[in-house]
Amino acid sequence: MRHVIALLLENEAGALSRVAGLFSARGYNIESLTVAPTEDPSASRMTIVTHGSDAVIEQITKQLNKLVDVIKLVDLSESSHIERELMLVKVRARDAAAREEVKRLSDIFRGRVLDVTPACYTIEMTGTGDKLDAFLEALPARSIMEVVRSGCAGISRGEKRLKI
Amino acid sequence: MGKKLRGAEIFVRCLQDEGVEFIFGYPGGAVLHIYDELYKIDNPRHILVRHEQGATHAADGYARATGKPGVVLVTSGPGATNTITGIATAYMDSIPMVVFTGQVPRPLIGNDAFQEVDNVGITRPCVKHNFMVTDVRDLATTIKKAFYIATSGRPGPVVVDLPKDITADSCEYAYPESVEIRSYKPVTKGHPGQIRKAVNLLLKARRPMIYSGGGVVLDNAAEELTEFTRLLGYPITNTLMGLGAYPATDPQFVGMLGMHGTYEANMAMHQCDVLLAIGARFDDRVTGDLEKFCPHAKIIHVDIDPASIAKNVPVDIPIVGSVRNVLRDMLALLKESKEKPDKQALKAWWKQIDQWRAVNCLAYEHSDEVIKPQYVIEKLCELTGGDAYVTSDVGQHQMWAAQYYKFNKPRRWINSGGLGTMGFGMPAALGVKLAYPEETVCCISGEASLVMCIQELSTALQYDLPIKIILLNNRYMGMVRQWQEFFYDRRYAHSYMDALPDFVRLTEAYGHVGMRVEKPGEVESALKEALEMKDRLVLIDFITDQTENVYPMIAAGKGHNEIILPTDRELA
Ligand SMILES: Cc1ncc(C[n+]2csc(CCOP(=O)(O)OP(=O)(O)O)c2C)c(N)n1
Repeated sequence: MRHVIALLLENEAGALSRVAGLFSARGYNIESLTVAPTEDPSASRMTIVTHGSDAVIEQITKQLNKLVDVIKLVDLSESSHIERELMLVKVRARDAAAREEVKRLSDIFRGRVLDVTPACYTIEMTGTGDKLDAFLEALPARSIMEVVRSGCAGISRGEKRLKI
Repeated sequence: MGKKLRGAEIFVRCLQDEGVEFIFGYPGGAVLHIYDELYKIDNPRHILVRHEQGATHAADGYARATGKPGVVLVTSGPGATNTITGIATAYMDSIPMVVFTGQVPRPLIGNDAFQEVDNVGITRPCVKHNFMVTDVRDLATTIKKAFYIATSGRPGPVVVDLPKDITADSCEYAYPESVEIRSYKPVTKGHPGQIRKAVNLLLKARRPMIYSGGGVVLDNAAEELTEFTRLLGYPITNTLMGLGAYPATDPQFVGMLGMHGTYEANMAMHQCDVLLAIGARFDDRVTGDLEKFCPHAKIIHVDIDPASIAKNVPVDIPIVGSVRNVLRDMLALLKESKEKPDKQALKAWWKQIDQWRAVNCLAYEHSDEVIKPQYVIEKLCELTGGDAYVTSDVGQHQMWAAQYYKFNKPRRWINSGGLGTMGFGMPAALGVKLAYPEETVCCISGEASLVMCIQELSTALQYDLPIKIILLNNRYMGMVRQWQEFFYDRRYAHSYMDALPDFVRLTEAYGHVGMRVEKPGEVESALKEALEMKDRLVLIDFITDQTENVYPMIAAGKGHNEIILPTDRELA
């Protein structure tokens, strides 16, 4: 099962490597990991997307909690939540037809064109991972020049929050 | 404004204010400011080892025997990397330890400076936590945090990396009384509802079993465990790390369990209907094949570390908390409960256990020709009244020590269980002897293990630490040889210890007393003689039976009920 785990950790040197090291040392898989400081500069917020059986996920959350730098943690997948990912994609678009097609697709997926040259568009898009995958699928064959994805950031719905 | 102190002075003051008795250390460039301060003081006492690995094992032995954190100080680079085995050893067995490593000055960090290694990075996977101090004003608080983390919750080693310029910088000194770490709040009290459920389940058991581990020793809960177990009248087994937490000579004790555990302990595990696991972590050497582990049992697991619960084995009643607190709460409930264990069922269960006991699985063939290693341990146990501090290395001798020395008290049995570190025993014994100079401290070792840290015999001489080294010399890496005999068709690849030193002369060269014993008839008198030499370190080189194997044995990946006895092998 896919799980999205959100955690608050001390904004200390080495905190990220403790989390990353835990996953590699214990053989847990990471689909994506994002991290940045929060409104409180002493803490960072991390979102980890991982896969595993219930027993493995239980161990992952326990082992993460055991890290001295981890302040709080929640498995967002246990209740309804929102996931978003940012993608920047450079797409080849030379002739008029191609340019029209890429622009049209980008609009359908609510992308924004950030940069234009005679040969390409650079498009910004946010959404769930699935939506971003779908956009990449929809683009004309061999038109993708470069893709940058941020990895998933997650937050729970409603009043619930992960706070210190 | 108070007086400003240099970082090196602050370091020493912190250790004094923390009540540290001994620093096990070895100097080098990055820690010379600190050594210059140590030059001026007697307290804490600095113990100069001969290899940094020895420092970690000695500090570890001290910690295991006393319950207080062991303290190590080494230089940067190779000094720090030499501590890794010892840190990992302490980590696997949850031993409180604080290791201070020197580091190159901050402006040089990351430049591949002379004797620079990333200590924080290298030690990260084998410490409970680690720090690099980057401002002298954080030094005292960081040291306080290090001791707090090392000794609270599930204990473990903490590394503090000290760039050299920090030890030269100055600031005002104040040692914090306590520290608050918002991200670290170990649970200590068990959940009352879970505890009540556990006691109810235990009282309903027909074939109960108590399985306790090193956590009981670490949490000083042996008394509570003993009272609780006696009140119930249930059988109890200890893990290798838990020996001594329940008196080995008590009739309710069925011996150690696991790979080289007793027949009765392993069979009782296999047949029990309720298992209370307390301060133990279901290690693979204990459980064997997980598919076949305790197939009939409902399991209660008490541990301070939530991540240990349900890690290897699913649990019916998990209880997170300090084992001592939980045992006290369970005792209180038990005492006020009107319900009592089912006498009839318990009687039948003991009858079954006594039948397994009658197999007498630790019986071995005596010999008048060649020294049986088991016999040496039995005699040692007899002559020391089962009351010595016994450290060991890793291999057959370790298992025989665990099987034949009857530990009645906690913290007497000191060995590397989790990591299985050869070379641990002798330096660990030195740490124990420093803590308890009046007590008998024996190191049971094998000739392959002993040489791994043999240089510490110099440390023993310098600080006058008259331990007794019981060397069971079978001229083999015996445990390796045993596996090769059983599982590799007797292809003894590189397990023979060729070109061994003359251990008697080696010991003498280090300024101690060496003895050699080759005849079974001389074992007892030699042991007596050595034990009576209270003020000398004595090594007895017992030339033992080369072919002896450790029984019983559960092969890796087998179930408890697939235990092999010596008779099975002879029949096969
Ligand atoms: C540092 C280290 N290296 C290798 C091993 C693997 N090992 C386990 S037991 C053993 C043999 C130990 O031989 P010895 O000390 O002579 O004890 P014996 O088994 O003969 O009693 C070895 C090599 C280990 N546990 N630790």
